[in-house]
Amino acid sequence: MAVFRDFKKEGIDRSAGDRRRHRQLVRKAIRENIGHVISEESIIGQSGDKKLKVPVKGIKEYRFIFGENAPGVGQGDGDSKPGQVVQRDRQGAKGLPGEPGGDPGEDVYETEITMEELIDLLFEDLNLPDMERKRFHILESERLIKTKGYRIKGTRPRLSKKRSLVQKIKRKQGLERSRDGEEGDSEPVPFHEQDLRYHHKVVTPKVFSNAVVFCIMDTSGSMDTTKKYLARSFYFLLYRFLKTRYQNVEIVFISHHTEAKEVTEDEFFHKGESGGTMISSGYRKALQVIEERYNPALWNIYAFHCSDGDNFSNDNADAVRCARDLADVSQLFGYGEIKPVHSLSWSSMLEIYKEIKNENFVTVTIRSKDELWPAFQKFLKHDKSERRAQAANA
Amino acid sequence: MHDYTIADLEKWDRRIRNAAEDAGLNPYPQEFEICDYHDMIGYEAYAGMPSHYPHWSFGKSFERKETLYQLGIVGLPYEMVINSNPALAYLLRDNTLLLQVLTIAHVYAHNDFFRNNANFEYTRPEYTIERFKAHADRIRSYTEDPSIGADKVEGILDAAHALQFQCRRAKRVRKRTPEDQKAAALKAARPADDPFGSIHKKREYDPPDLTRIPLEPEEDILLFIRDYNPYLETWEKDLLTIVLERADYFLPQIETKIMNEGWASYWHYRILDALDLDQALRLEFFKRHNQVIRPLRGGINPYHLGYKLFENIHRRWETPSREEQDEYGRPGGQGREKIFQVRESDRDESFLRQYLTEELMRELDLFQHEKKGSDRVITHVPTPDDWETIKETLLRNVGLAGMPVITIVEVKTQGTQEMILRHEYDGRELEAEYADRTLRYVQKLWGKKVVLETRLAGECCRMSYGGTGDKVEVSRS
Repeated sequence: MAVFRDFKKEGIDRSAGDRRRHRQLVRKAIRENIGHVISEESIIGQSGDKKLKVPVKGIKEYRFIFGENAPGVGQGDGDSKPGQVVQRDRQGAKGLPGEPGGDPGEDVYETEITMEELIDLLFEDLNLPDMERKRFHILESERLIKTKGYRIKGTRPRLSKKRSLVQKIKRKQGLERSRDGEEGDSEPVPFHEQDLRYHHKVVTPKVFSNAVVFCIMDTSGSMDTTKKYLARSFYFLLYRFLKTRYQNVEIVFISHHTEAKEVTEDEFFHKGESGGTMISSGYRKALQVIEERYNPALWNIYAFHCSDGDNFSNDNADAVRCARDLADVSQLFGYGEIKPVHSLSWSSMLEIYKEIKNENFVTVTIRSKDELWPAFQKFLKHDKSERRAQAANA
Repeated sequence: MHDYTIADLEKWDRRIRNAAEDAGLNPYPQEFEICDYHDMIGYEAYAGMPSHYPHWSFGKSFERKETLYQLGIVGLPYEMVINSNPALAYLLRDNTLLLQVLTIAHVYAHNDFFRNNANFEYTRPEYTIERFKAHADRIRSYTEDPSIGADKVEGILDAAHALQFQCRRAKRVRKRTPEDQKAAALKAARPADDPFGSIHKKREYDPPDLTRIPLEPEEDILLFIRDYNPYLETWEKDLLTIVLERADYFLPQIETKIMNEGWASYWHYRILDALDLDQALRLEFFKRHNQVIRPLRGGINPYHLGYKLFENIHRRWETPSREEQDEYGRPGGQGREKIFQVRESDRDESFLRQYLTEELMRELDLFQHEKKGSDRVITHVPTPDDWETIKETLLRNVGLAGMPVITIVEVKTQGTQEMILRHEYDGRELEAEYADRTLRYVQKLWGKKVVLETRLAGECCRMSYGGTGDKVEVSRS
C-alpha cells in the first residue's frame, strides 16, 4: 500500500538560485546582442518607461545535434501527401514538438525590458568613467525656487494661510476636548502667534547642459535601405547616449544629396532622393543651422555624418574645408562610411578625410550590424570634453 | 476545495494496486507526494529528484516551463514518477479525483516498467535518491571551496552537460577493456588461417600499432577525457563522474520513452476500465485518456505511438488473422504474454523495428518530412514502396539514435597531444554552430587542441579548436 504525503513546502523555492544565475546569463546575453536590439527602434519619441519586447536568444545549451538536413517523421491526420508543407519557415514558427534531434532555433525568449534598462545595459558595457559635471559644458542658467515644507518662523509674505488656519482649528479642538464636552458658550478662538506657519523655500541652481545632435545623411540614390538602416541605428545610439549625459538634447536632421535641407525624422529616414552627392552641402547646412540657432558657447554640438563614400570629386576639397569648420565648433564630429559587405561601390572618403587633423574628428566604417557598437565606441573616444577632462586630471 | 481527501486516494490506490497486480504488473513499492504547481514545475526542472545539484540550466528549464504554462501553451504534467525503489511520484494537488486516479494507475505502470525492463537493470534504483543527494553535496562543497568556487564549477558542468550523452549506444553489451582491445587487434593482424599455407607464399605479419590511444574509436567522450587527461584536478574528475552517473541513470529513460509511455497509457486505460467507475467519472476518464493519447499532428506523440503499438501487438498475438496464423505459426491467445515479454526485453529502437508494421504505419499516417528551401515538406508517405524508408528514419530519430555519433579516433601522444574526433556521418549533418561551440567544450575539458572531422554542406570538413590559434578554422578537403 502506497504512502501519500501531503505537505506544503511554504517558503522553499529550490530553483531560486539557479533561476537567478540563469537570469544573470540572460542579461549578459542581452548585452552581447544589443547591437541587434537597438537597430529595431525608432530614434526619438520613445519614452523611457515604454516596455519593449526584446527577442533574446536564450542561453543555449550546446551539444552535438543534427542540422536541418536531417529528415524527420511526423504523424498526419490520414491524408498526408508528398509535397505538403509541414512547417513553414522556421522564423517565428513553433518548432515541431517531439521532433527529434533538437531544434536549434527553439530557445528564443521575449523579454520585456524598458528603454531605460536597455540604455543602462548598453552604456554599462561602454566602460565609460562616470562622467563628472565639469566635463561638460555647463551653464548655471536659472535658480529654481521650490516650496519645501513649512516653518514656524518666516517673513510675512510667505505666510501660509491655510496651514495657519489648520493649526488654529487644532488648538480650538484641543481646548474643547479639555473642557470635556461641557456645553457652554464657546468663546471665539483668535489666531495666536504660535498658529502661524510660513512656507519654506529652497533655492536650487539649475544646471543647464544642452546638447544638439546633427544627423547628417547622404540621401542620394546610392544610399539604399540597408545603409540607411545602419545609419539610423548609429544615430539612435548617439541620441540615446547623449540623452543620458545631458539634460536637454535636441536633434537636427539634415539630409543632403547635391543640396541639403533640414527635414523631419520621418522624411530623413524614409524619403529617398536620387542624384549625385555633394557632401559639403550637408556640412554647410549644419554650420548654417548652428549659426542660426545653436550658439557653440551654449550648446554642446555633436555631429555625425553617414554616407556611403560617393562624392563628386570636385567637391572633395570643399567637403574637407567644411568638415574642418564643423569640427572646430563641435564637441565631436564623426564621419561614418557605410559599406555593407555586398556593396559594389568602391569609392571612399576615408582617404580624403585623412588630411583633417582635428582631434575630435573621427572616421569609422560600418559594414554590418555587428560593427555598429565597436564603431560607436571608437567614435566616443574622441569627445573633446572627454579629452579636456582627462588632460585636466593628468 | 478539492473533491477528494487523502483517505479517498488511499482507498483508490488500494483498488488500483490490486487491479494492477491482478493484471500481472509487478511494481516497486510506491510513494506519492502531493504538491502544488510551483513545486511540480520545480520537480520537473530537476528531473523529479528531491535533491539535485544546482546548475543554471535547471533554472532555465524552470522559467521556460513556468512561462509556457502561464501562457497556456502547455499544461502541467499530471504526474511525474522517478525510477527509484520505492518509486517516488508526484501528484498535482489541484487535479480532480479522476485525474488523480488515472495518474495513480499510470504511475504504477511506469513503476512496473522501471522495475522490469532490462534497460533499467543497472540503474540501482534503491540508491537513486541518495546518489543524487550525494552528487548535490559534493558539488556544493566544491562551490563553497574558496580555491574552486561557483564559476569554475559552472564552467566544467557546462562543458560536461554538453557531452553527457556522447556515449556508447549499446549499454547492455559489455565494453571492451583496453586489454580486450589489444587482444582483438593482435588477432586481427595475424594472417587468417590458410588451409593451403604450405603451398602459398607466407603472408607477411603486419604488427598492429598497440601504442595508439584509443585502440578502437571511443564513444564515451567524457569518460575518456576523465581517464586520460592527466591535467584534470581531482574535483574536476569528480564533476565529470557526477555528470556521467547522472547521464547513465537517465539513458534508459531516453531509450524507452515511447515504450514507457505507451505501456503506462495502455495499462491506465485497462485498470480504470476494470475499476467500475460511476458514470460521471467514466466520462471524464474517457476524455482525459483521449487527451493524453491523442496524436500530435506533424510530430510524434510517444503516448499515442506506444499505446497503439502495444494494442496492436496484443491484437496480433491474441487474435491473429488467418494469414498471420499461417505465416508466423501464431496459435493466438498469447497477447498478454507477448506484451509482457516485449516490455521486459526491448527498447524503443528494437520495439519499433520489430513491431511497427506497414499496416499500422498507414493507420497512423506516419510520413517523412525534409527541409526544402525554408519549409519542411512531406517527402514520403507510407506507400508499399516507401514505408520502410520512413520506418528507418523513425528508427534513426528515437532515443540516442537522434543524437550524432561522435568518436574519439586518436589522441596524439607526442607533440601537440591533440585529440581527433570523428562524426560518424550517416547522411545527417551536424548543426554547425552547435558543433563549433560543443567542440570548444571538448577543448576546455581536454586542454589541448581538438579536431573534429565531419561533413558540412556535402564536403568533408575539419573543425579544430585550441592549439596555436584560438579560433575555429574550418578547412575543407
